[in-house]
Amino acid sequence: MTGPSSEPALEVVGLKKAFGGLAVTQDVALKVRAGERRLIIGPNGAGKTTLFNQISGDLRPNAGSIRLLGADVTYLPPFKRAHRGLSRTYQIITLFAGDTLEHNVSLGLLGLRPSRWQMWLPMSSYRDLATESRRALDAVGLLHLADRPISDIAYGERRRVELAVALAQKPRVLLLDEPLAGLSNTERSTVKSLIASIPRDTTLIMIEHDMDTALDLAETVTLLNYGRVIVDGERDAVIADERTREVYLGT
Amino acid sequence: MKWIAAVLIGGSLLLPPFFAGDFYINLASQILIAAIFALSLNLLVGFGGMTSLGHASYLGVAAYISALLTSRYGFDHGAAALISILGTTAMAAFFGVIALRASGLGFLMITLALSQVLWGLAYRMSNVTNGDNGITGLTRPAPFGFSLESPVAFYWFVLIVSTIAFLMMTTFVTSAFGSSLKGVRDQPRRMAALGFNPWLIRWITFVYAGLWGAVAGLLYVYYHKYIHPSSLSTTSSAEALLGVIAGGSGTLGGPAVGAALVLLLKNYASAYIERWNMLLGLVFLFIVLVMPAGIVPGFSRLMAGLRGENR
Repeated sequence: MTGPSSEPALEVVGLKKAFGGLAVTQDVALKVRAGERRLIIGPNGAGKTTLFNQISGDLRPNAGSIRLLGADVTYLPPFKRAHRGLSRTYQIITLFAGDTLEHNVSLGLLGLRPSRWQMWLPMSSYRDLATESRRALDAVGLLHLADRPISDIAYGERRRVELAVALAQKPRVLLLDEPLAGLSNTERSTVKSLIASIPRDTTLIMIEHDMDTALDLAETVTLLNYGRVIVDGERDAVIADERTREVYLGT
Repeated sequence: MKWIAAVLIGGSLLLPPFFAGDFYINLASQILIAAIFALSLNLLVGFGGMTSLGHASYLGVAAYISALLTSRYGFDHGAAALISILGTTAMAAFFGVIALRASGLGFLMITLALSQVLWGLAYRMSNVTNGDNGITGLTRPAPFGFSLESPVAFYWFVLIVSTIAFLMMTTFVTSAFGSSLKGVRDQPRRMAALGFNPWLIRWITFVYAGLWGAVAGLLYVYYHKYIHPSSLSTTSSAEALLGVIAGGSGTLGGPAVGAALVLLLKNYASAYIERWNMLLGLVFLFIVLVMPAGIVPGFSRLMAGLRGENR
């Protein structure tokens, strides 16, 4: 199923998406190497999250194709992409508020296992699920809250649970949609070092507004505006580029 | 606390045959049948987030199939029951494919429309269903030679079946699959991104709910020895839905409590008040205002509150 290592982890070609007359993705092309750290930036409404939604399968593009780890997934439903090694977090936190942290992470683990169809034994009878879930929570520093419901914990902690759910799945390609949004300075540096410690066999694509933090994490940057790729390349080259300044400073 | 309540309720179900008269034993049988039906609807409404207004379809169709096979085509009860359950479940599988093209209000409308079609058929296809006269002169089965004609014998039979039904449905919702079902109810998009197939999870639940709806339908027709198109009507779907919501949707015992309440109101109130539906409405209004989550969650919150104050 996996292609040679030279194969890009993610390749988007000629992607188009419009909501009525509003074109939100226009001829977007993107090529992300395996193991790369890619940052996607752009002003509000540039089409960043819409692009993510098409990559993860929540939205179907009007035209173009998406290849994940060498296979065409343009028309695959989201859950099949997850089984091919794609995982994502959401800009707006979508966790199971009434359930414990451990249960939230366990659900992520269960999603990739055949036992998710099992109708006889409760989830708690799978000890390895709980063990792995706790290990993932430990990795984001939340083991002490494992038995508390999501509704009990603070916003910054929820962001980390989002990460734990995604990381527990050991994805080959991970999409992070504003993982630093709404965090305090201390939380920011915690999450930043967390992201920095993600192993290299996971390809990372991240949307983030906080440039100071995010640029440190990125190797390559894609700048979107009005649904188009404006600049794309090595981090320093994109920052220095005239067009980046134009988009951000409006000159 | 929860276990004590469960044991008390379970134990009290063993009592009616020893103390109560025939009228009350029959009432208890009816309550158990309504409870199975409500629990099966609760799989959809409470655990799956799929509000159906057509669940009576499964009860009615199972009852009609059994009634027709035994009274008209000379099938014995065992074969008729098997065909009835399999046929109704297959129908649920088909209806599920249609209804699950939509969610929320759309889903509700499709289930309503499908059940209206069946209700219309039962009324108008009188050469098969005997229309508004219903099918009379039905018999009860005699499993392993035990006659179920007496109220007490029938009560034991219903109690055994409903215990199995309760355990099977409880196991279903507490299983790993049940966890994914609740996940799909709360965050379908997230669940899909995690690798779950929301459509298939909903469809399997829909079919399973249809299966237990069919079991309730069989018991229903055995009890009444009569079947009428009204069993397929929106009113019976809505009554079951009200029971589920009043008792507490998404809880294990709530729908049974709600179903019991509906049935008791219907049986008692209708003896004294002609417009018993009005009373039913008022009772529901009261429940919804005082305990928006339903009777069972409402009471457990109340108990928790009392205990908290005593401490």
